[in-house]
Amino acid sequence: MRQAFIETLEALAAKDKNIFLLNGDLGFSVLEGFTAKFPGRSLNMAVAEQNMVGVAAGLALSGKTVFVYSIIPFVTMRVFEQVRNDIVLQNANVKIVGVGSGLTYGQLGPTHHSIEDIALMRVLPNMTVLCPGDPFEARALTEAAAKIKGPVYLRIGKKGEPVAHQNAPKLKVGKGFLVQDGKDITLVATGNMLYNALVATKLLGEKGVSARLLSLYTVKPIDAEILLKAVSETRAIFTLEEHSVMGGLGSAVAETLLESGRAPKLFYRFGIRDVITKNSGSQEYLRSIHGLLPGQIAKKIFEMLKRNKL
Amino acid sequence: MAELSKEKLRMLTNTAAEIRMRIINMSADVNASHSGSALSPVDILTALYFEVMRIKPKEPLWAGRDRFILSKGHGGASLYAALALRGFFSEEKLNTFCKDGSVLTTHPVIQNVPGVEATTGSLGHGLSSGLGMALAGAFDKKSYRVFVMLSDGECDEGSVWEAAMYAGFHKVDNLVAIVDYNKIQSFGRTEEVMDLEPFADKWKAFGWEAREIDGHNFKEILGALQAVPFKTCKPSCIIAHTVKGKGVSYMENKLEWHYRSPTGDLRGQALKELEAQKI
Repeated sequence: MRQAFIETLEALAAKDKNIFLLNGDLGFSVLEGFTAKFPGRSLNMAVAEQNMVGVAAGLALSGKTVFVYSIIPFVTMRVFEQVRNDIVLQNANVKIVGVGSGLTYGQLGPTHHSIEDIALMRVLPNMTVLCPGDPFEARALTEAAAKIKGPVYLRIGKKGEPVAHQNAPKLKVGKGFLVQDGKDITLVATGNMLYNALVATKLLGEKGVSARLLSLYTVKPIDAEILLKAVSETRAIFTLEEHSVMGGLGSAVAETLLESGRAPKLFYRFGIRDVITKNSGSQEYLRSIHGLLPGQIAKKIFEMLKRNKL
Repeated sequence: MAELSKEKLRMLTNTAAEIRMRIINMSADVNASHSGSALSPVDILTALYFEVMRIKPKEPLWAGRDRFILSKGHGGASLYAALALRGFFSEEKLNTFCKDGSVLTTHPVIQNVPGVEATTGSLGHGLSSGLGMALAGAFDKKSYRVFVMLSDGECDEGSVWEAAMYAGFHKVDNLVAIVDYNKIQSFGRTEEVMDLEPFADKWKAFGWEAREIDGHNFKEILGALQAVPFKTCKPSCIIAHTVKGKGVSYMENKLEWHYRSPTGDLRGQALKELEAQKI
């Protein structure tokens, strides 16, 4: 996804001289090409993220479209007040690009995990929250982010994620995407859980459960229409995100459905429960700890359906 | 040092007194806090808005304008009074300060009134925003300067020094930091809470050219503001020694006026004293 992001941004920056890219002394093997092509518009702001976000706002208030790039905790949590005051309260045209979504940096330890960021960004007015699920989505959403005149949070993984779409999907900010149709239940995935969700639907299919899969790459503003349609046409809703189950996609979907008065018969949020992950591990290993592998997801869904006689 | 004619000195002195009187009335009307913090930077604001900055009050978003950010947002009343007297918006609007539905919050909100360039209030944000504006100006080959006013207590914030280090290292010489050094922060004197000294040396060590001035002496204020950048390829820092509550005898140099409001008889006394300061 990182590669898809930077290639897209390079293409955009070649056409638009107002595009700036700020990094917090991170981006080895990713940002060099951009910097070589646009040296005056690629600024290494050093290990000083608060200043980086404030500078981004100042540049944006002076007419620039500014992308700020770092690892998610450093560009959303450490600088949360800068994001709120300098970017959001001033509706500054800044795109926060966080890399290492969820458990991507599993081996680096919990300081480098990002399981609270969607919740933090979602609560901010004017903030569009985009979580691409594969390189195709990363490409489309980078382009979309540049077009939005205002704050955007773009949550990406690292490199080498599997492709979930057959070919480049047409994505629209604020809309979900029907990846696969199904009539029994609906899986709603965002970000880097999209691929596992896709595999889980296949496993469920083998057990005779026809599962619909929606990619909700825009967590905010959320696509209520596609969700309500899923509630009408299928019997259960499951959300999947590599993020805390509190405040992220699952919460957003629950809020939307409950307030519409159309609560599904069965609803469950796959994600990280209210725990701290202290141990090291690959992303795959840590996903298994949190029950986020395709087999685990399919098994849990199957059991819940059985228990609820659905 | 620039010549300061008697006429100009009179204009600046009397304007500063008028701004202070507005602050007293605005604060007393709504029992607002921070009046002492609004009074200390008034002479500098007067010099900036009535003499130094290249601005067009009727064209507040003119691309070539000098920018001013009140990073010590708690002094918002002083900025509003200066902007209104300079013609950015009507003086009547000052009467709404802090009232229900008013666009004039204690801490300023960007473009709620013309002339407010940034939303401030949490300390340690303005210098970075100003740095961003300065970098954009340099990139676009525009000649505008960016003035950012910080409080002394604000310089406790690490983010101030992140911005200072970047600006110094990258030689951002269209950026000017002005510290309203009134020596009193929220809960004590700066030397007791966390001493900033040697203060000028800190800025110099971060790659800035720093000057110390009497922040209530127009000759010194203009001498510094009109000399920026003090050195080509260096950002400029003006450490302005000021008095919290300046101009009102019972407020001067007293911590409680970070919180109190000059209500009742105190309002009249303050206005009388300020009127007498005109020349």
